[in-house]
Formats: sequence, structure tokens, C-alpha cells
Amino acid sequence: MQAAPIKIWDIPGGIHPAEHKHESTQRGLEVMPLPARLVLPLQQHIGARSEPVVAVGDQVLKGQLLAEATGLVSCPLHAPTSGIVTAIGPAPFPHASGLEEWAITLDSDGEDKWTDLEPIADYQSLEPATLLDMIRLAGISGMGGAGFPTSAKLKARPEQKIFTLIINGTECEPYITADDTAMRYKAAEIVAGIEILMHILHPADVLIGIEDNKPEAIAAMRAAVGDRAMRVIEFPTKYPSGGEKQLIQILTGKEVPSGGLPADIGMVCQNIGTLLAVHDAVLLGQPLIKRITTLTGDALTRPTNVEALIGTPIRDLLQFAGLQPDKLYRLVMGGPMMGFTLQSLDAPILKTSNCLLAGSIEELPPPPVAQPCIRCGLCSEACPASLLPQQLHWFALGKEHDQLKRLNLFDCIECGCCSYVCPSSIPLVQYYRASKAEIRALDLQTHKADHSKQRFEHRQARLQRETEQKEMDRKVRAEKAARIKAAKEAAQPSETETSAEATTDVTRIEAHKPTGLTPEQKQLKIAAATAQMALKKAQKQIAANPDNVDLQAQVPELEQACEQAQRTFDEAMGEVSVKAPAPPSAAGADDAKRLKIEAAMARASLKKAERAAGDSPTEEQEKEIYALREQVAVADARLPKDEAPRKPLDESLKKAKLDAAMAKAALKKAERAQSENGEDAALQEEIERCRAQLSDALGVLEQAEAKASQLETSQQRAEKKPVDETTLQLKTDMATAKASFKEAERAVQEARENNADTGPAETELANSREVLDKAAKAFAAHMASKETN
Amino acid sequence: MGMILTAILVLLALALIFGAILGYAAIRFKVDGDPIVDQINALLPQTQCGQCGHPGCKPYAQGIANGGEPINKCPPGGESTIQALADLLDVEVLPLDAEHGEEKARTVAYIREAECIGCTKCIQACPVDAILGAAKQMHTVIIDECTGCDLCVEPCPVDCIDMVPLPTTPQNWKWDYPLSGETLIATDAQRGAA
Amino acid sequence: MALVRITSPHARGNNRTQTIMLWVLGATLPGVAVMTWLFGFGTLINILLASCFALAAEALILRLRKRPVVFFLSDGSALVTAWLLALALPPYVPWWLVLVGTSFAIVFGKQLYGGLGQNPFNPAMVGYVVVLISFPVEMTTWPAWRGIEQALPDLHSVLGLLEALQRVFLPGSVPTIDGWTLATPLDVVKNNSSLTMDELAASGQPVFGSLGGRAWEWVNIAYLLGGAVLIYKRVLSWHAPAGMLLALGLMSLLFWGGSGSDSNGSPMFHLLSGATMLGAFFIVTDPVSGATSSLGRIVFGAGVGILVYVIRAWGGYPDAVAFAVLLMNLAAPTIDYYTTPRTYGHRKAERGMGKAD
Repeated sequence: MQAAPIKIWDIPGGIHPAEHKHESTQRGLEVMPLPARLVLPLQQHIGARSEPVVAVGDQVLKGQLLAEATGLVSCPLHAPTSGIVTAIGPAPFPHASGLEEWAITLDSDGEDKWTDLEPIADYQSLEPATLLDMIRLAGISGMGGAGFPTSAKLKARPEQKIFTLIINGTECEPYITADDTAMRYKAAEIVAGIEILMHILHPADVLIGIEDNKPEAIAAMRAAVGDRAMRVIEFPTKYPSGGEKQLIQILTGKEVPSGGLPADIGMVCQNIGTLLAVHDAVLLGQPLIKRITTLTGDALTRPTNVEALIGTPIRDLLQFAGLQPDKLYRLVMGGPMMGFTLQSLDAPILKTSNCLLAGSIEELPPPPVAQPCIRCGLCSEACPASLLPQQLHWFALGKEHDQLKRLNLFDCIECGCCSYVCPSSIPLVQYYRASKAEIRALDLQTHKADHSKQRFEHRQARLQRETEQKEMDRKVRAEKAARIKAAKEAAQPSETETSAEATTDVTRIEAHKPTGLTPEQKQLKIAAATAQMALKKAQKQIAANPDNVDLQAQVPELEQACEQAQRTFDEAMGEVSVKAPAPPSAAGADDAKRLKIEAAMARASLKKAERAAGDSPTEEQEKEIYALREQVAVADARLPKDEAPRKPLDESLKKAKLDAAMAKAALKKAERAQSENGEDAALQEEIERCRAQLSDALGVLEQAEAKASQLETSQQRAEKKPVDETTLQLKTDMATAKASFKEAERAVQEARENNADTGPAETELANSREVLDKAAKAFAAHMASKETN
Repeated sequence: MGMILTAILVLLALALIFGAILGYAAIRFKVDGDPIVDQINALLPQTQCGQCGHPGCKPYAQGIANGGEPINKCPPGGESTIQALADLLDVEVLPLDAEHGEEKARTVAYIREAECIGCTKCIQACPVDAILGAAKQMHTVIIDECTGCDLCVEPCPVDCIDMVPLPTTPQNWKWDYPLSGETLIATDAQRGAA
Repeated sequence: MALVRITSPHARGNNRTQTIMLWVLGATLPGVAVMTWLFGFGTLINILLASCFALAAEALILRLRKRPVVFFLSDGSALVTAWLLALALPPYVPWWLVLVGTSFAIVFGKQLYGGLGQNPFNPAMVGYVVVLISFPVEMTTWPAWRGIEQALPDLHSVLGLLEALQRVFLPGSVPTIDGWTLATPLDVVKNNSSLTMDELAASGQPVFGSLGGRAWEWVNIAYLLGGAVLIYKRVLSWHAPAGMLLALGLMSLLFWGGSGSDSNGSPMFHLLSGATMLGAFFIVTDPVSGATSSLGRIVFGAGVGILVYVIRAWGGYPDAVAFAVLLMNLAAPTIDYYTTPRTYGHRKAERGMGKAD
């Protein structure tokens, strides 16, 4: 499947520094002897530090898990050899700062004994998700650049299909030959790794980009690829072609949006070393414990490439390559363009360490003293991101952060081209790094200040609330005491009906209070709520998997149970209201007002709870909301009839109207499509469906309207109660059931017309009829129970 | 006479037209930004430390906006805050008022837990609820929430709270700005110092 | 073993400011040679004087500003300023005029703004304009060129070395020689209002050469040559010169006015007369006071080209590179604001004055 030769695009800027690659490619790929001690920092990747699962003194086997990932963007760590854990704590760390970092120190026992491995030869039979898991559990992070966990990178944008898988064999930095060596000697494994990723991602295109200064690697990769659906693309050498964004631009002409990921434009870029690790993880079952590292520089007598265990101290590696300590002046981890200097030889190599450059003072002389910028513009000509480095330099000097952001400082990839070409030897990249760090720190500080402000204000509000609450409690207590006292005083002179009246009055008020339910009522209420909950849950589940027959069968039962519970509860409440005598006419107006207030309060707290629950309420919240709804209903029911709110019904009417309009629109659209495209069976069907929907919707609308008018009249007559939530719910259920019944009917008809097997459709029809019957019954029963109330 | 009248009328008409334009512009392009207090408050470091003599940052912001408080009373904000306030209010940059404290590196409170007696006094003092604990239980500081205001230090009856600077780690370490080449004298330039 | 901590990149190119400055100086040599051949030792004396004065002024100010003298003198920028100013001055101007021009250029044009890289105006042009305005007579006295005898036998040209030195250092002691000076071609065309171009050419005035202004065409071609070398060696970018020459060519084409008496001269005449090529490749390309981005440089150059023509055709001076460059220097920051290139990954460039002020 060799497609037409791909167009090679050019990137702006770029430089051609002396390559110095041949020094380290003369000795092939050597295997580093087993070191006596390994230092394994817990932060080898971008993201959260991994968490040790071993203790000091533990004996571990090669490949055994030492530390596990602590989040999505994190990476587990495995023992590179067998031995004993001798320390867990701060240890030398390869970082420009020279600071220490938490690490597991492992003393090798020399046996190099593997733990049990589970290689998978037949990975094609596995789900991509399983393979991703294997990659994640093998602790693989990007081995070329920043060290982003590979599994997270592969599924960075789950919703975005990956069309192009790009394999980065560019290795544009001078001196480094690790990927070159890997491609020369391990091309087959790399291709196997690519195939695994292809199985995971199913890309339309696989591009392997290699610079034309690596003819041996290109030949080896071409041979290994053979006639597989991958393309090895050779393009002119230019630094920094190997930057992820730059490589994408070279191979596809597209640009990764600022602040975005390659996945945003349907691409994923993987490094050669990462592919080797993927191969090892899946086909050999080995976690990531070794890598190929270039050892080079003037201070080494035999520069070479080695396969070294992660965690091997740099001292061991350099000694292996014949370090001349007196010549070593500058030790760089990474390449001469983007690498960072190390202060000590005790630090180990990490999963990301592709090169150690031990330079002499002649090779990497200290930079000359910076001269003033003469704005010659060579830097902007060299910048691969088309920034204005000299402007950034001026603004960095003046710490004008807004201007730096305006000039897109954060799109700088720190490739070093600008510093390389600067005739005034200005350490431009250092200015950008410092500015970026400062801006980030300030942003963080601002963020924290906002956060603190919020916490402070909330605390103030809480304190205020607490004081007010105390004050109110005190008042309420005082009032209550006064009332009881008054009642007592009133009762004393003559034990007439007034006292009875007064007491019943109090009882009634208590009964109206949501909390003033008798234990029995409470229990009933809870039962009703639980039943309602179960019903809702079942309905939700059905919505999620509409094919589940068991669940659908449960619903009518649940509905009935719910209905019954509700009825019992309503009856219990009814008893109370029946028991309670009619309010004395004198107190009527006052009572109405109080009741209204109570209802309003109940509604307010319901609203608050709903707001708090938001779109995804927890179970408790739902329960609470339900209970509050109950209260509202009760409170509303107690209101003088003409005061009852009409809102719920209005809403249902509105919804029905909306549905009808939507159905009408859909029908029209389908019809239009048909008139444009002529006769089409699928369209015809669509129209039919739309028509049915419309008629359903119109039916519902009619019903709703009828109810509304009925209600209006009933309200005018002040005879009937408003439609409460339960009624509505039941009615909706009935409508749904009716709709599904109709649909089933249609399905049967269709099946008959097509001379197909009508069996399943008929079962469906029977089912839906049953559901409809039940719903209708439930509704009728509910209405009846309401009538009795 | 006629000419004078014409001139007056023309001028009057002009005045009316421009007045209308100005009036329209004043309404059409009205900028109703944040009230000044909020803008000032946004620049303050929100440590709520009270070193300025106000009970929190917002009161100080109100003090600056309404009461003519000087802008140099915020030691945690330091030079940069004073500069920002001066820019916002278009006033002179003042040196930090040493009476209210000095600008120090950011610190966080640390409770020596072995010595804590669980009195909850520090919890009540913390303006941002960054201390966790209960009566007779050991307390601890949520480092991420602590603003380093040191208001909890004073109430502690057993003096078990220290203010410690946040450590530098490889994660938060940052490159310094290079020494400016121009301030270097050629003969001073050490190898590799730049 | 103390290992150094240095930020990346660890490899460096071998570009140095000194190298750039030396290349610029070297590239003026063809022009210097042609001018010397045409006008005699005057040009060389100018260069020598200006270099000494510039270095002395720079050293003095650096010392006063307590800056490392050798470090900054060795960057070669003062020499470039001196040479460019010297090449712009007419040969045989009195020594004190060179002194005033150079020291003003270095002290006021450059050092008082903070030294190399900080000056908003091209220092050489600042010095030039100061002496042009202050001493118009001396500044417009151009000697006749070698070979003038053939066209106008009563003129004689090219002074001997001794005569030249006398003229420069003891200007008062030398009697004015009749028929020694000559109006430049730009001058002639500008002041002409009665003759058609053909009549002008036939009038015996040595105005038009085979390409541009007589004799001046060779000076311009020599500078063009030097500039081409600089662009080829990537010391300069092509943008600013291209912008200026294109704009000047276009303007002179549009407002040519044929060959009548009100003609402003042909495009070739404008491109190869006066200081056009010196300006295009050595003055407009000054990075410090010019625009930054490639697009900005084209705009900057074009602005200079247009202004040069406007002043030449309708202004008060026969040539105008210095004024045009200074005016555009003023505009450079604004140009920079509106010509920011589009950064990788952005849909469009962030242009204009920006969010911050």
C-alpha cells in the first residue's frame, strides 16, 4: 500500500549546527554491564509522582512493581534488576537545579532474575483498551522529550479519531544517536511496536519521519517495514525538525493549535524509544526498565550507544565509555541544543535520558559575555515558531508580562535556535525560561489569592450566619415560652371550648409543619419516597439500556408499589386533615397567610436543594429533594384552593406544545428531503415515523390542554385540587406507554407488510399493551384516591 | 449687527451639536468597570494577615479607596503590590512602610504535632480555614490553603506553630534571569558565569 | 570537579557582532573605491577623520558612563557609524564639520540613548542631518568628478593629496578655485523648470549617464554590489532594501512626468543617483533603529523609498535619504506593532497595540 510520495513541507527558521553524530555510531549498540546500585527517582515523567509499594529491605525481582501511578497522568515504576531496596528518600536527581528528588535505591544482587512475565503473542485478539492498560502498567512514558505517559497520550482526546500516527525518528539534535542506533539494530521490534499502536488507534496513515543524515537507519527501517501500511519518509536535515510540532508540520503541513495537542488535529506522535518499550511490554511482557542512551563528548575516549537500565548512575555509564575526568567541563543530559547541565555524576538516568554529553571546555566553551542586542533579526529568521525573539528579549528584560504573553512567549519551544544564531551571545532561552517560570508563578499566586479571598469571604459569611442563627434560636425560644405561658393563662380562668380550640389549633399547625408528622406518617412517607426512588432508578436504567426486558417488567410493579405507598401516606395525611377541625372563621385569613408562607418556605427550600443537587444529584440529594417536594405538595394542598399554584401544569402544557412543534418541524424536514430526493424507502419510513410522533405529540398536547381547561374551570369552581406532581408523573408515564404501544403496533404492521417474522414485534406489542394498561390503571387509581381525599 | 447675530447663532448651533455628541458618547461608551474597591482588592495578596491594621484585605482596599489610606502598608504584597496599586490609582510609588512589617519570602504555618494540645485557638484565628482539627485532637495545617499570614502563631498557648518557607523542589525550581551583559565589565566576566 | 550550570543551548553558532560590523565595512569598499576614483582623496580623508573622531567620542562617553571601554569599542559599531557618515558627506569638507557630525552622531545619536542597540534613530543620519542643516553651503559643495574635463573643458577635477589635505585642514587658507565644484544630477533636475529632459541632456550639463545620474551611477552600482554581497552572505536580510528600491522605483514611475520640463526624472535616474544605493543597503538596513520582522522591514523600506521620492520631487532638498530614514525611524515601533508575524499554531497574528496599554 505504498501511496503516492508524500509532500515534504518546510518549517520556518531552523539552523544547521555541526552534527557530531559519527563519534557515537562507530561501536554499534553495546550492553551496559549490570551496575551495583540503581537509583530510581519517583518522578521520571510529567505528571504526578508515583507512590512506592515496596519498603526498605524488600527483596525484589527484575520487572517487579516498585511504585504505582497516582493518577491518570502518572507512571508506575519497576525494578530494573533483582536485588534489595536499600533506601527510599531524597537522592541525586538529574535536573538542571541539581536538587534532590525522592527515589528508590536498589542494590543489585547480581542475579538479574526476572519476575513472572506474561508475554502476549496474539495481541490482535485483545481490545485496544486492554492494550492501553498494558502500556500504562508497563510504566511507559515518552522517551524522547518531556516524558508524557504514553497511555495518556494515546487517549488524550478520546472523542477525536486519530487519522495519522507519526513516528518520530528525526533525532535532529547534534550528538544524539540513540534513536538512530535503535532503528539500525532494532528495526523489526520498532515496526512491531508500531503495529501494536496501529491496532490500538486504527490510524488511516502511518508516517515514519527520518532526517536524511541517517541513511543506515532509513535503509533498515525500509527493510523492516516491507510492504506494511507504513511509509518511511526521508526529509532534509534541519534543526529542530524533530520537535513534535515541527515534525507534524513537515510531514503534513498542518499546525498543532496553540495550547492544544496533536490529537486535536487527529494525530499522535511517538518516539522510536517508546515504540521499543511498547514492543517489549506487549510481546515480551517486560515493563519499561531499560533504554538506549548515547554516551558522547570529547571527555569520553570511547563514545558509544548503550542499552542501559533505568536508574544506572551516570558515573557508571561515563566510566564505561572511558571518562577522562580532567577533560570534563560541561556535562549535559540530552543534546547540546535543549539538554540541561548536570552538577553531579551521582544522578541516575531516567526514562527520558536519551543522551549524556560529556563535553570538554574546547568542545562546549563557556558563552562569551553577552553584548547588547542590535536587533539584527537573525533570531526571528531562525525561530521555527515564527516568534520575535528579540522583542521577547526586550520585554523579558523589562518584565512586561502582558507584552510577553501578547507576543506568544508560551508558544516558544525553547529549541535554542535564537541563542545559537545570536551574534551578541545573549542567552535568550534563559530569559524565556525565567520569564515563563515567573509568569507561571505569578499566575499561581493570583489564583491562590483568589482562592484565599473566596475562603475568607465564605468564612466571614459562615461566622455571620452562625451569629444570626444563634440570635434567631434565642428569639424563637423566647416566643415559644411566651406562647405557652399565654395559653396556660388563658386556659386557667374557664375550661371551655376555647381551650380545646386553642389546643387543636396548635396541633393543626404542628400537623401542617413538614416536621410535624406523626411517627406513623413519617414512616409512610419514607416508604412512599423509597418506592418513588426505586421507580425513578429503574426508569433511569431503562433509559440507559432500553433493551433490558427484566427492568421493563419491573417498572409497572414498582409503579404500583409506589402508588400504593403514596396512597397510604396520603390517606394517613388525609386522616389528619379530616381529624383537624375546620379553622375558625375569625382566624381564617391569618391562617391562610401563615399557610401561604409555609408553602412558600417549603418551595424555597426545595428550590435550594434542587440547585445544590445540580444536574447530577447524589442519591441522598435526590431523596432530600423528594422529601421536600412532598412538603411542598402538602403545603400546597393545605392552601385555600384558589391559591394553589398552576405552574407544573403550565409547564407540562408548554412542553407538550414544544414537542408538537418539534415533531411538526421534523416531519416537514423529512417531507422536504423526500421532495428533493424522490422516492426513497428510508425517507418514507422516516416520514411515517415523524407523522406518528406528531400525532402522539398532538395527542399529548390535546390532553394537556384539556387538563388545563379542566383545571381552570375546577379552579374557578374551587372544587378540585390542582394536578400534583404524582398525577403528572403518572400521566406522563401513561403517555409514554401509549407512544411505545403505538410504535409497537406500527412495527407489527411493518413486519407484516415486509412479510417478515412478526413474532418479536408482536411480543413487543403485547408487552407495551400491558405497560399501557398498567399505567392507565395506576393513573385511574391515583385519580380515584385523590377524589376520596 | 446681522453678522454678529449670525456668528452667535452659528456658535450656539455648534455648541449644541457638540454637546449632543458628547452627551451621546458619554452614554454610548460608558465604562462601568469594577468598583474601585474590588479592583484594589484584586491586587492585594489576600493573605488576610491584618498587618496593614485592617481586619483583612478587603477592609484595607476599602480604606485605600475611601479613607485615603497609603498604599504601602502591605508587607506580604511588597514592592510589586505597591507598584500595581500605584499604577491602578495613578499615585506615587511609596517605599514599603516598615512600621507594618517587612517583605519576606512566602512562608506557611507548620504545627509541631507532638506538642499540639488541641486547644482550637489557632483554628479560630485562621482567616481562611486552613487549619484542620478538633478540641483535644491534634491540629494540622493544609499547606495548599495556608496564606502564611502568621495569625495562628500568636494565639497558640504552647508555641508549637512555626512559619517555615516553602522548600524548593525540582518541580518549583526556576531559572534565574541571566545577568545582564551590559552590567558586566568585560574583565569581570568569569567563565561560565553568565 | 566543578561542573558548570549553563542554560541550553550549549552549542553556539560563530556569529558575532564584530563579524557583522566588519562585513558591513568591507561591503562599502567598492563604493569607497569608486568615490575615491571619481572625487579623489576627499572620501578617504573623510573616512579616516570620522573613524578617529567616532572612536574618540565613543571612548570618552563610555568612560563617563563608567562602561568597559575596550569591550564596547571592539564591537565595531562606532566605526560603522563613522564610515557611513563619512561616505554621506561631500569630499573635502572641513575637518571640523566631520568632527561635529561624527561626535553628534555618537554622543547624541547613540550613547545618550544608552549605547549600542538603544538608539531610536540611525546615528549616522542624525549626524548628517545636523551638519546638513547647520552648514548648508559646505554640505552641498560637491567637487566635480574625474573626467569632467572632457564634457566641460573649463572645469578641472581631482585634487592632489597635498591640495586635498590643505582644503580639509586649513579651509580658510586655500583660495576658492573656480570651476571646481559641480551641481549633482539630482540638483540639476530639481532646479530645472524650463528645459525638457532632452534639452537638459543636450545643454552640455553633464547630468545623465547611460544609466542614471552621470558618474553617480557608478557610485550607486558599487554600493549595490556591496549590498548584494551582504545579502548573499546573510549579513542583511533583503527585505528593507527591496522595500525601499521598489517603492522608490514605483513612485518615480508614477510621477515621472515624461521628458518635459516638469519631469521629475526617470526611475532609473532616481535609483542610480545620489545616495539611493548607499541608503538602501547600508542605512535602511540598520537593524537597531529599523523595524523588526521581515514584513515590518519591507514596510519600513517602502516608507523610506516613498519619503525619499516625495522630498526629492516636491521637497526642499535635492536628496533625502537621511530625512526619510529619520522619519521612518520614528514610525518603526508602530510598524512593529502591526507587522507581528503569525506564530505557529495561531490562526492569525496578534497585531495592533495589544491588550496591555
